[in-house]
Amino acid sequence: MASELPPMQTRGSQFTRGVKAILPILLAVAPFGMIYGALARQSGLSVAAAQSMSFIVFAGSSQFVTTQLVSQTIPGLVIVLTIFVVNLRHALYSASVAPYLQHLPARWKAGLAYLLTDEAYAVSILHYEKEGSAGNQHWFLFGAGLGLWTCWQLSTLAGIFLGAVIPASWSLDFALPLTFIALIVPALKDKAGVAAALVAGVAGVIAFALPYKLGIITAALVGVAAGMLVEGKK
Amino acid sequence: MSIWAVMLLGGALTYLTRLSFIWLQDRISMPPLARRALRFVPPAVLAVVIFQELLYHSGSLDLSLVNTRLLAGIFAVIVAWRSRNPLLTIAAGMASLLLLNLLFSFLGI
Repeated sequence: MASELPPMQTRGSQFTRGVKAILPILLAVAPFGMIYGALARQSGLSVAAAQSMSFIVFAGSSQFVTTQLVSQTIPGLVIVLTIFVVNLRHALYSASVAPYLQHLPARWKAGLAYLLTDEAYAVSILHYEKEGSAGNQHWFLFGAGLGLWTCWQLSTLAGIFLGAVIPASWSLDFALPLTFIALIVPALKDKAGVAAALVAGVAGVIAFALPYKLGIITAALVGVAAGMLVEGKK
Repeated sequence: MSIWAVMLLGGALTYLTRLSFIWLQDRISMPPLARRALRFVPPAVLAVVIFQELLYHSGSLDLSLVNTRLLAGIFAVIVAWRSRNPLLTIAAGMASLLLLNLLFSFLGI
């Protein structure tokens, strides 16, 4: 019974701790959500489509790439494939948290999977590794995930309306590569990661002319191979 | 394919990726090779988009020193590297692009 658990272990307190753990990260996420919303509108998506993508796909980087691809005439299947590849990393998170969620009913697994973003995963796996999975720990992941979800939806909405008032001379589309620079440069911690990024980037320039923007995925695979090669040499 | 179909399919694939091991943990395990490879997917994909946006914005390869997006992008990389601050990186990149564009149009380049 919940009343017999220590105060830190109740559902409500785990949920609150999850929300508190994600709060500082939300300060950094909100501007990205706003930039996404603004770029989505400028790429020609309707208000409903721009907001729905945050709801349906709910994965920042892939949403940014999608706004870039829809502003050109790229076949839908290529965009779907690109979204899939950009989000493949979530399989790592899924495998990583899976042991801690095994005892949960199916509806919890289904719900928490939807909320398993980069940020919610990052704070929750630390929590799980420290405190294990017994009791109400899944409420922590629920709190962190829902906190991020709420922030992403609201900041998208703010960006959608902000995008309409930003003049074209501000070159807002430049925020796309800047956002990606801000995301990956601090995350490049070893030679293998740097090699993956640089080789992929150069390959992307060479493969630019490939039809239907397939150059993005092709070049990314070359970069992944380069990263693994460099890592393997150690 | 409409944008709605793209979002629903892309969203479904993303959701299934997130659900994969949570759902099937006792039946599948991730091959070590895939585990190694997946770590490199985000930097690789994002780098491709960065390079293409900085070098191909005009539609053709522009490696010249009057490519203001390239210059501002390099500046943003340096800011990101030194500060590790995402907001500062974006602000510095946007501001430097605006300033370079102003400067170059003033110089008539």
